Amino acid sequence: MIHCSLQKKLLAPFGEMLLDIDLKIEKGELVTLYGESGAGKTSIFRMLAGLLIPDSGLIKVGEKFWLDTLNSVNLKPQQRNVGFVFQDYALFPNMSVRENLLFALPKGKNKQIIKDLIEIVELGDLQDRKPENLSGGQKQRVALARALVQKPQVLMLDEPLSSLDAKMRIKLQNYILQVHREFNLTTLLISHEIGEVIKMCDRVFLIERGKISKQGKPINVFSNKQISGKFQFVGEVVHVEREEVISVVTVLIGTNFIKVVVSHEEAEVLQNGDKVLVASKAFNPVLQKVN
Amino acid sequence: MIDWEPLLLTFKLAAVTTVLLVLISIPLSYWLAYTKSRIKPVLETLVSMPLVLPPTVLGFYLLLVFSPSNSFFGGWLQEFIGIKLVFSFPGLVFASIIYSLPFMVHPIQAGFSGLNSKLIEASYVLGKSKIETLFRVLLPNIKPSLLTGIVLAFAHTIGEFGVVLMIGGNIPGKTKVASIAIYDEVEALNYDTANIYSIILFIIAFCILLMVYTVNGGYLKKFWK
Repeated sequence: MIHCSLQKKLLAPFGEMLLDIDLKIEKGELVTLYGESGAGKTSIFRMLAGLLIPDSGLIKVGEKFWLDTLNSVNLKPQQRNVGFVFQDYALFPNMSVRENLLFALPKGKNKQIIKDLIEIVELGDLQDRKPENLSGGQKQRVALARALVQKPQVLMLDEPLSSLDAKMRIKLQNYILQVHREFNLTTLLISHEIGEVIKMCDRVFLIERGKISKQGKPINVFSNKQISGKFQFVGEVVHVEREEVISVVTVLIGTNFIKVVVSHEEAEVLQNGDKVLVASKAFNPVLQKVN
Repeated sequence: MIDWEPLLLTFKLAAVTTVLLVLISIPLSYWLAYTKSRIKPVLETLVSMPLVLPPTVLGFYLLLVFSPSNSFFGGWLQEFIGIKLVFSFPGLVFASIIYSLPFMVHPIQAGFSGLNSKLIEASYVLGKSKIETLFRVLLPNIKPSLLTGIVLAFAHTIGEFGVVLMIGGNIPGKTKVASIAIYDEVEALNYDTANIYSIILFIIAFCILLMVYTVNGGYLKKFWK
């Protein structure tokens, strides 16, 4: 189990902010930190990895203390067994894909794991390429594989999929789920995509201005009420058109545009870019599998 | 027939100085690039001083400090270590190191600062020490900066005059480098010899700088691929 309690004053975009969180994560869990930029998610990751020192707090992984400010315990990043996938990948430009992975291998360890990892993330054909010759999704796979070479106790992924297109995203989600299970990892993920969080995670922590405002199963955290048979999607208003008796609002949900009819009064409070919930009751949705 | 000794001495001086400068500048630039210490501006200023001071000022003070008869330090060096730094080759090397220091430190420091700091963090998280990170991640990724530093320091040492004259004087085979030999020949009205020395320096300087710009511009890379 991982228990961390961290306090630190941070300079956030809206001024000084006190980060004060208490997280408990079970071994083998896949959890997400969800929240706006500047809420302190990346700082939490950096403190877990030992790259940022909190003002006070403790981090206990299994039976071992990585950090305990009361007893002046603070392990260096080198001594903490974490895998960290950076938002911009941070691949070493002077090394090929294979060399990036080899670099991560502790001295004297078996090289078999590198072969296995290259196979899992399907990088066999690209292993002699330099990072500058890889696409975003390929770089992401290298970064993921590199983070796993030293068999970390904790894997942290900082917005691993935010810069990828929808197709690549789904592929990588599956890679992450696969290695999470195969390596029996405890995985922490930062994500902005509700769909992704619901698909991948056991639990989600909602972080707002340095505090955990909500936690639990993703589906419960994100839907205000308990789940019912009714349809509801969160989308973004892209266009409001005033007709004679009604207004037509165009909403973007995922990659689909949906037109919704509303009254003039309702339309008046809506602006382009507003987040809205599109829900419908009283009719039975039909489910059809598509391939 | 011209005397080749001043030219050979010049290149020996430049080579020794450059090698020592690499050893000194890498740790110094690393510290300057990543430190949050308050004395950083003071050190940066000291490193950059040779850029603005007339070389004669530097040479003058070095002469005073190293003089065995005039200064405590100079006397101590001579008596206990047996090195005389005035009017000797080791003295020239020492003065050249100080004089060319900014030309080596500035490019390397800029190289370090320009690297994505996440690379260092990634290396630490992968369990690598600071030293290993420096040699396997940082230095290989700032090769153009290293090359620029090495070549500028080398070229700048070839071109020095004032410092050398102050602390080294004009002893043939010991401290009479090419730039001083040229001055010497002109004073003796031997324009032809001065011209040969000058042309050789001119061509070498041109070739060295051309090499830097070609390599760093990626032109050679294209050929080799």
